[in-house]
Amino acid sequence: MKKTICLYFQVHQPDRLRLYRFFDIGRESYYYDDFANKTILKRVAQRCYLPANEILLSLIKEHRGAFRVSFSISGVVLDQFEKYAPEVIESFRELAKTGCVEFLAETYAHSLSSLVSEDEFIYQVKLHSAKIEELFGQKPKVFRNTELIYSDQIGSVVAAMGFKGMLTEGAKHILGWKSPNYIYTNSLNPRLKLLLKNFQLSDDIAFRFSDRSWTNWPLTSDKYVTWLSRSLEKEEVVNLFMDYETFGEHQQASTGIFEFLKHLPGAVLSQTEFEFLTPSEVCKKHQPVAPLHVPYAISWADEERDTSAWLGNELQNEAFEKLYAVRELVIASGDRTLLQDFLRLQESDHFYYMCTKFFSDGAVHKYFNPYETPYEAFINYMNVLSDFLVRVQKQALPQEVKSGTKIAAKRGSKKEKR
Amino acid sequence: MKVLMFGWEFPPHISGGLGTACYGLTKGLSNMGTEVLFVMPSASGDEDESAVKIINASDIAVTETAKNVRNVLEKVQFLRVGTNMIPYLTPEQFTEEVEKNRKGQVKDYKSILGQKYKFSGKYGSDLMEEVSRYAMVAAEIALRYDFDVIHAHDWLTYLAGTAAKRLTGKPLVVHVHATEFDRSGNNINTIVYDLEKLGMKEADKVIAVSNLTRNTVINKYGINPDKVVTVHNAVDFDGFEQMSVNRGVDDKIVTFLGRITFQKGPEYFIEAAAKVLKRYPKVRFVMAGSGDLLNRSIRRVAKLGIATNFHFTGFLRGEDVKKMFAYSDVYVMPSVSEPFGISPLEAMRSNVPTIISKQSGVAEVLHHAIKVDFWDIDAMADAIYGLLAYPALPAMAVRNGLEEVNALRWDNAAFRVNEIYAELIK
Repeated sequence: MKKTICLYFQVHQPDRLRLYRFFDIGRESYYYDDFANKTILKRVAQRCYLPANEILLSLIKEHRGAFRVSFSISGVVLDQFEKYAPEVIESFRELAKTGCVEFLAETYAHSLSSLVSEDEFIYQVKLHSAKIEELFGQKPKVFRNTELIYSDQIGSVVAAMGFKGMLTEGAKHILGWKSPNYIYTNSLNPRLKLLLKNFQLSDDIAFRFSDRSWTNWPLTSDKYVTWLSRSLEKEEVVNLFMDYETFGEHQQASTGIFEFLKHLPGAVLSQTEFEFLTPSEVCKKHQPVAPLHVPYAISWADEERDTSAWLGNELQNEAFEKLYAVRELVIASGDRTLLQDFLRLQESDHFYYMCTKFFSDGAVHKYFNPYETPYEAFINYMNVLSDFLVRVQKQALPQEVKSGTKIAAKRGSKKEKR
Repeated sequence: MKVLMFGWEFPPHISGGLGTACYGLTKGLSNMGTEVLFVMPSASGDEDESAVKIINASDIAVTETAKNVRNVLEKVQFLRVGTNMIPYLTPEQFTEEVEKNRKGQVKDYKSILGQKYKFSGKYGSDLMEEVSRYAMVAAEIALRYDFDVIHAHDWLTYLAGTAAKRLTGKPLVVHVHATEFDRSGNNINTIVYDLEKLGMKEADKVIAVSNLTRNTVINKYGINPDKVVTVHNAVDFDGFEQMSVNRGVDDKIVTFLGRITFQKGPEYFIEAAAKVLKRYPKVRFVMAGSGDLLNRSIRRVAKLGIATNFHFTGFLRGEDVKKMFAYSDVYVMPSVSEPFGISPLEAMRSNVPTIISKQSGVAEVLHHAIKVDFWDIDAMADAIYGLLAYPALPAMAVRNGLEEVNALRWDNAAFRVNEIYAELIK
């Protein structure tokens, strides 16, 4: 049986919030930094999405279907593409047409909803799947949660939604002596197969590729294939999961990352016992070796591989709780703009900015963070959230109170629609 | 290792942060086994001498240097400060003036021979006179005692340090706790500036209390960056006791505590307060302290119409300062220019969340304080509002802040200073 390489890329950009002072609360309800979002999206499109898609397309044609990849693209970044760079969606469509590219499901808002509300989680996954089907003509069969967050409980919800497989981190503290290079199953529902990220080999590309102090620098595709061969000597599948922005953005074009990408498939396929498969194909082909027990949520972030980068301090917890506390009211209001804002405010990135772990380490955190300190991030987010909560209350009010207050509430809601 | 250290004040009789810093540093040095002879202009006898030997300059009569006045004056001729400026001299007249000046100096010097000078040790009107007298006594002390390094704190003692160095050839360290630019903005007193520059030029190493100050030393005094090093200040909270107070009002309290002068940026605090009060009425602002901008501040508060929620306490000391912290929900230090800034650390030690200006040295060592530009009153108002309105924010800032200030030990600063000494006498 051939050994499998499974390539998966994550595409996401957050809706960065504008500088929102408390004087704006109750007065001005537009929250986003359109300029930053637009310029960053266009920059990343130029540096990464467009050139990398072009390379993948020509590689797929060159290898006549032997080279296969998968993506998950968050709903919110798809919205941004539609608004600022529709050509990127077009180029993903081109890839979809080849039949060699699989699109995975995730939460629409790249949110942490799986950790707090099953209803919201399911709602967002369905919303996202519908969007993917609409744009790329495929119904996602494999699920990938925000930042590869996974636990037994989340897995069983995902299985119940009909997904065949799910991606997560090959976290050392979960695996122990076990290898990530096999297929496992959810411990509550064995029908859900788990693909585990080989973080060593994935991070060699995603984080270490351009690191000149790394003993293995420079990394060539041939050298990399020898490492793959070593990993697959006895084992079955290597899952290489990474941010798509690795190509051209985190690792800039000048580092030679695109050359590496261009040569990798040829180098892998020259070894006759290797093949590329997409996650669904992996689930079909490989038999699981054991159930994996993950009682507490894991993720692909930081040394800890847990959720502490988003929900690790009281600032994050406070913001998170306040946001989800009004979920019922937001849904009940049926107000379209409220629902839209509720989605965007759930993006995990907002909570990541409030992380205090980067005081001790983490160039990675700093790179992704528009705020100088977590305190600033929290104040800004809470100001926005306060305004959002005011709006939610105003919407909810007319149904409950039938008196003079109603008039005041109406006046407020009119203002919003303007 | 033996250090001859020149200071201006030492606890318990202090008027600013300088004495406290000297105390902390010398204690740290003595823990490391370094012996400190601490010279100050006017000691009262109740100073804590557990870590240092205090030399009271008021007790020293000038006798040793008198043996060869001309020789001494050759080396320390700069001692005569405050000469009158005479414009439009021809070269001949100039030579004449210089000669006259020199004779005058010898005469001056002879007149104080064998006498003691009663220093006030304060910052009064005859400060320049005291500064130069202090240097004469310093020269005397330098010849009498045995030591390896000279260490001088702030411009008042730079002349003394320089005199000691010129007479003994021992290496000199000057310690910059503040510069004239911090005290006066850009309208500097040029005599003070010249003294500072002289000390820094003469020094073998310049210690700055923050990178901010280090930059000032390099850029505004033209000192070679290689010899300017940063050693951040620390705090000593031994014996600190948390005070508990009963509040008369339910409103939250936001505090400014410090001299009400240009350097401390009181006007930014007032403007930010007005912004906060528009949206968050259940809060009171307190400006504790005194200074030349006090009256202007009171007028501004009245003009903004926020006087019912904005209070002035006047100058606070000792227990009252502690009490003020205990009353506070937020502490703000909006300094325009603060070489280091100990008071935010005291606030954090008293479990008060803190907002500090980015133009302060202490911002370089604190993670768990909210930092804003002093001029950015919107950001300052926003930070105040955040601390009042979102309870998770002060909770986290307080818990982590306490841990953080407790880790700022004088022993660490003294260790760095000791390394600098060792390098100089190598």
